[in-house]
Amino acid sequence: MTIIVTPKAGPAKDIEKDASMVKQKEMMAAHYDRLTNVPQTGEKVCATFVPGNLNELIMCFDLVNNLPEVNAIQSGLRRQSGAYVLEAEKIGHSEDVCTYVKSDIGMMAKGNIGPNGKKMPDPDVLLLSYTGCFTFMKWFELLREQYKCETIMLHTPYMGDGKITKNMTDYMVKQLKEEVIPKLERVSGVKFDIDRLRENLKKSARAEDDLVRVLQSAKHKPSPIDAYFGGIYYIGPIFGAFRGTDDAIDYYSFLRAEVEERIAAGKGPVTPDGDMGKEKYRLVVEGPPNYTNFRQFWKMFYDEGAVVVASTYSKVGGVYDLGFRHDPDKPLETLAEYCLGVYTNRSLPMRIDMIANYLNEYEADGLLINSIKSCNSFSAGQLLIMREVEKRTGKPAAFIESDLVDPRYFSAANIKNRLESYFQMIEQKRAGGRAAA
Amino acid sequence: MATSLNGSKTSDIVARAQALFDDLSFTSARQWKAADPSRKVVGYLPIYVPREIIHAAGFLPLGIVGGGDQLEVIHGDAYYQSYICRIPRSTIELGVSGRIDFVDGMLFPSICDVIRNLSGMWKMMFPNVYVRYFDVPQNYRDDIGGSYYVNELAELMHDLGKLRGKPITDDELRNSIAIYNENRRLVRELYEFRAERPWQAPAAEAYLVLRAGLVLQVEEHSAMIRDYLAAVRNEERPRRDNCRVVLTGVFCEQPPLNLIKSIELAGCYVVDDDLLLVTRWLTADVPTEGKPLENLARTFLHQSESTAAKYEPDLKEKGQHLVRAVRRSRAEGVIFACPSFCDPALLERPMLQHVLKDAEIPYIAFKYAENSGQMQPIREQAGTFADSIKLWSGA
Repeated sequence: MTIIVTPKAGPAKDIEKDASMVKQKEMMAAHYDRLTNVPQTGEKVCATFVPGNLNELIMCFDLVNNLPEVNAIQSGLRRQSGAYVLEAEKIGHSEDVCTYVKSDIGMMAKGNIGPNGKKMPDPDVLLLSYTGCFTFMKWFELLREQYKCETIMLHTPYMGDGKITKNMTDYMVKQLKEEVIPKLERVSGVKFDIDRLRENLKKSARAEDDLVRVLQSAKHKPSPIDAYFGGIYYIGPIFGAFRGTDDAIDYYSFLRAEVEERIAAGKGPVTPDGDMGKEKYRLVVEGPPNYTNFRQFWKMFYDEGAVVVASTYSKVGGVYDLGFRHDPDKPLETLAEYCLGVYTNRSLPMRIDMIANYLNEYEADGLLINSIKSCNSFSAGQLLIMREVEKRTGKPAAFIESDLVDPRYFSAANIKNRLESYFQMIEQKRAGGRAAA
Repeated sequence: MATSLNGSKTSDIVARAQALFDDLSFTSARQWKAADPSRKVVGYLPIYVPREIIHAAGFLPLGIVGGGDQLEVIHGDAYYQSYICRIPRSTIELGVSGRIDFVDGMLFPSICDVIRNLSGMWKMMFPNVYVRYFDVPQNYRDDIGGSYYVNELAELMHDLGKLRGKPITDDELRNSIAIYNENRRLVRELYEFRAERPWQAPAAEAYLVLRAGLVLQVEEHSAMIRDYLAAVRNEERPRRDNCRVVLTGVFCEQPPLNLIKSIELAGCYVVDDDLLLVTRWLTADVPTEGKPLENLARTFLHQSESTAAKYEPDLKEKGQHLVRAVRRSRAEGVIFACPSFCDPALLERPMLQHVLKDAEIPYIAFKYAENSGQMQPIREQAGTFADSIKLWSGA
């Protein structure tokens, strides 16, 4: 039998937060309250996924967006996911498969209590936006078995050849027109209004502009943000239930102003222990983080003066920094292009190009890959990515392993050890560079 | 010893199939290519590609299903973390070690994220090879998924024509469709025969004969199946007191041959399975009249196998293909054998098990890797399963 021992909480300590983090926390809390109040309000719920999240469309039907991955992350951050994963394994799910799925299924089996302590609602519809991850398909087939509700497949073809073809876009637009929209109309009882969709898309684009400014602020030295650990907070609203809303516009405008102030003051990122000290290492990170020991993981970086200036995980719900914006003038095509372009739907050569460019553009010292046991979409091929990026940029890369929400796969000592070695490697590389000069 | 119509003995046919299986340098495919400088070979991974299009170009479709238990993986492990299944690492080993250096193209079907990403790795590692991620629709309407798929097929047909230096014609494709229809009819006949008299066509033998179709020209493979069926029909083999099972979950990374043998030795006749689905993915003849790409697409959408990599739009239909396989083959139970770390098989398994439970069909489950060596636990588990079926089933 496996026993998970959760470390006892240490003495209460105030966590430093940006004003934007506080604002975001309030937004998320309000959204969870909206979800758990559904039995009182009568609103209907649409469950869907972060990559390929069609929030602008979902809102056209007055549906409330529920994202099971985000629920699993919340369970991870609250250290509940370990027990949920075990529960799922107890009822027959393999130890080998995605722990997001098992956390979600275990949470359901244990009463489906959300992060606000209240019961999460059953979905009225599962919008299976099959984008960049095979597991999504099985996950919603598993949920469909449980909830027996309408399930809508939206298949996003993979960019295997590194391009979006007309055939791909036409296929997706047809699915939206002929399958997704009519079914959402039926479930919600609300008629589709394309002008309403256009309005939502306009709002998305405004927030996306500000998000890109925030992410690209990391080109400054010192970087005013951490684009991985901090980045996870920054992407929360736009990857979740807020893209296409006034709330998202307000949040990203506020966040951008906050970041610009930090640049003006020559400050680095805010960490849970306050302003980060001197920036010593600038890293690009590939892969999702670990959530069960998120703060401990982050601390290993900022204690050493390491800041992440660009990350691929912050592009998993949309790649905006390469120019894509939701376009109200071609509302369905733009939704298709959005889904097609998310990071995990990009071919391996495209991912390598993107990472190598980040290393150069953000003047990073090297690449760190956090390889996640649960996530083959990210992880399969990462060792080749590492070698290829090293070869192209001449900058050192390192590889660590953990998991999303399964605490059994987070080994703090191993990770810390590898990070320390990696920072030494960067120092040696610098010393070598100085000697050569 | 039984012989076929043309005089081949069962043991000779099986020995030929075994030799092809054992040959990790793909000598027969190399020889086929070497015989004519215009010939090309296009490899493909599980679970399905339209081999008719490759054949229509005059090329040899070559099934690559990993390295099995005889390939020592030296380089391949350096490309994958420990928690990723074995087939991509042994496939890379085949590539890096030069065993498939004669292959001109590689198709990576849409089966899971690992094989999907391998397509990009292959592009990076073997830049002179034509590489295509072969996406298939998860929408089964002719006007949506069908239309998308016809265009994808047309693109593949165009690319292979370019590789040949001359476009593939519709007539060439119609001819290839007819040849593959015949091959699929024979494969179905083999499966029906084995379901009827499993002691006459043991699972490991049937598998080897089927597997030969991955490396032989289709015409030669059809002849081999015909010969095998004729030979085993004429031979009386000892009938054991085995129960009858369907083996499932084995559609991508292949189980070691010893695993298949062990299941039968432990008392379970395998009367149906999802091994090498490419050989019978299309469950009906593809029409040879009319537009060939549309015919391929329509058959794919409406008359093809069900498996974990395919979305099932109808909840009531989920898993019913397995129940039907059990009923059709008069199986008494199901063995789930899934490769370790296989997302499609392992995520699918609980849903299929629920369906079997509702249908009161017993099952067991275990995992394997293509290089699993220790069969004793599997033999014990399968043996206990066979005993429990004999003791406790209603029959």
